[in-house]
Amino acid sequence: MSTLEIKDLHVSIDTEQGNIPILKGVTLTINTGETHAIMGPNGSGKSTLASTIAGHPRYKVDSGSITLDGEDVLSMSVDERARAGLFLAMQYPVEVPGVTMTNFLRTAKTALDGEAPSLRHWTKDVKTAMAQLRIDADFAQRNVNEGFSGGEKKRVEILQLELFRPKFAILDETDSGLDVDALKVVSEGVNREHSKGEMGTLLITHYTRILRYIKPDFVHVFVAGRIAEEGGPELADRLEEEGYDRFTAQSAVEA
Amino acid sequence: MAETTHTEFSPNTAPEGEVTDLGDLDEKARLGAPSGAAASASIDGFTEEGERLSAQNTGSEQFGLKKHSHGNATVIPEASRGERRRSFDLADYPTLTGLEEDWRFTPLKRLRGLHTDALTGASPAVAVTGAGKVTVETVGRDDARLGTAATPEDRVSAAAWNAFTEATVITIPKETAADGEVMVSVTGSAMEAAAQQILINAEAFSKAVVVLDHSGSATLAQNVEIIVGDGAELTVVSVQEWNDDAVHVSSQQAKVGRDARYKHVVVSLGGDLVRLTPSSIFTATGAEVEMYGLYFADAGQHLEQRLLVDHAVPNCKSRVTYKGALQGQDAHTVWVGDVLIRKAAEGTDTYETNRNLILTDGARSDSVPNLEIETGLIEGAGHASATGRFDDEHLFYLMARGIPEKAARRLVVRGFLNEVIQQIKVPALEERLSESVERELAAGNL
Ligand SMILES: Nc1ncnc2c1ncn2[C@@H]1O[C@H](COP(=O)(O)OP(=O)(O)O)[C@@H](O)[C@H]1O
Ligand SMILES: [Mg+2]
Repeated sequence: MSTLEIKDLHVSIDTEQGNIPILKGVTLTINTGETHAIMGPNGSGKSTLASTIAGHPRYKVDSGSITLDGEDVLSMSVDERARAGLFLAMQYPVEVPGVTMTNFLRTAKTALDGEAPSLRHWTKDVKTAMAQLRIDADFAQRNVNEGFSGGEKKRVEILQLELFRPKFAILDETDSGLDVDALKVVSEGVNREHSKGEMGTLLITHYTRILRYIKPDFVHVFVAGRIAEEGGPELADRLEEEGYDRFTAQSAVEA
Repeated sequence: MAETTHTEFSPNTAPEGEVTDLGDLDEKARLGAPSGAAASASIDGFTEEGERLSAQNTGSEQFGLKKHSHGNATVIPEASRGERRRSFDLADYPTLTGLEEDWRFTPLKRLRGLHTDALTGASPAVAVTGAGKVTVETVGRDDARLGTAATPEDRVSAAAWNAFTEATVITIPKETAADGEVMVSVTGSAMEAAAQQILINAEAFSKAVVVLDHSGSATLAQNVEIIVGDGAELTVVSVQEWNDDAVHVSSQQAKVGRDARYKHVVVSLGGDLVRLTPSSIFTATGAEVEMYGLYFADAGQHLEQRLLVDHAVPNCKSRVTYKGALQGQDAHTVWVGDVLIRKAAEGTDTYETNRNLILTDGARSDSVPNLEIETGLIEGAGHASATGRFDDEHLFYLMARGIPEKAARRLVVRGFLNEVIQQIKVPALEERLSESVERELAAGNL
């Protein structure tokens, strides 16, 4: 069993207007087998948390810590974090010119495992995973995300999740921009991987609808760079009825 | 990728009435195509002629979109690419100013006198190997075969024609398949401005691969004349792996005969300034031409290629694919692809594409596809041009999948350029060029 531990994390970004604090003390622990939903209004810092865990250079950690089984994640480079078992399904996956999906997937798998996958099994795994996520076979020969629709990009993120088998998956608004069918397909992918019992999931979302397909064990309400409230799945139901107003009003009072 | 222009015409599927509209469309294609992509605002240091004219390009793009019916003389001086002056006489070419349509991107100051001086330096040594069944001759200026395949189209080419003292003539006899590839090593060892003339004559129904392998240091104005005889199958690969100080301006014109297959591949990696003008001129029906190019510009390097495919006769096919990578301050590449479908060239099928990948700030890539169509009765004609940047977000994406930084950059560049290398189909050369690309990457500290 693995543990991803975030303690009192403060993160800021440098902008033309100067340094802006975004995360103001986030504490969160995820264990293998658990699904944590982070829900919050736009601009509350959800992507900042996700990108900071993955090591995006734009985000500056001012204080606090992130550890994976006690190892200091913050001192690792982006690729080292991935090889340590962290996976970020991005909110806006970029198009990478010049690299086919096939070549990219194989290169990444080789880097993650420290050895090239057996060609026969790998080809089969990729084909199966693509079929399950209803990704056209010809996508394999296209450049990474190039010309893919928003929904296709999200499926390809989950394809990687299933092929790379991380210890912890951080899904940054994987549900936004998906129609109902795509949402189901993508959720099934996450559930398939999660059900193997070797992964912890941090599910970041703005809406509650994905929680009909992926059942969280814990729900954290994220407002203005902090966790404003935590609870079990029932908290999501309350949010569905009441929205974020209560929390945003509360944080305005506190501020 | 950003900065994409894409045009496709399939007049055969369009109703009769729309075919006449092609006049407007092709005008747009020709005028509206220029796209220059600077990697960042830090391109300020780019002071060459190209910059001034880039502003004009922007203007012409707007004119094109406004459906000007005919070429605006102040924007594009040539009414048609087909009307460009061709002459052996140097006096027919005025002194270059850099404002000429075909010189506007070239930094004349760095030509080391190729456009102004008598080209009296010693020309690079030519050594031909692997020439089984192929005839190699060194001939004087008076050899009647010279100048039959190509007429100079610019001042430097005309200067080279007037200055060379002896020429290399490579003949693949008719109905003969050369054994292996013919390697023509062109090795420079002096920097005085020099001229060189090479004729490659693939006679009817012959088959060969000829590699022009340029290395060393030189200031060279070169004419490569190419005859692709009826039914012949010829591949010409021109590799530029010059030293950092070399300046190379080369006209590589091919006359393509009936039912012939001609493949031309440019690989430009080394040299301070390399400017190639490959052209394919169809002289009889049924022929097919493929033109490929790969260029990788480092800091300060200027790599330029200006192509012409002249569909002057019916039922020929052409495909053009050029790809370039750029890294480092003031790396500059230029690609201009002129495709001319003349009135008589019914049944033409053509497509040209240029893609550039900018790897670092401070590099600049200009890409200008020009398609002129004088008949609506064609199979298809199209062009695409795209310039993309490899930036921190791409890098983050690949690294977030466990791929280390250097490997990530290599993955992108290798994948991008491999498409062209694969076309050479000479395994040893493909391998050598893949390694050269790796070295370029390593040199750029990527
Ligand atoms: N690159 C950036 N430049 C300026 N502001 C940013 C940048 N990235 C994030 N922010 C700001 O940080 C805050 C949190 O953003 P983000 O983490 O994307 O929120 P969420 O994912 O919850 O919508 C917002 O106010 C946003 O405007
Ligand atoms: Mg977000």
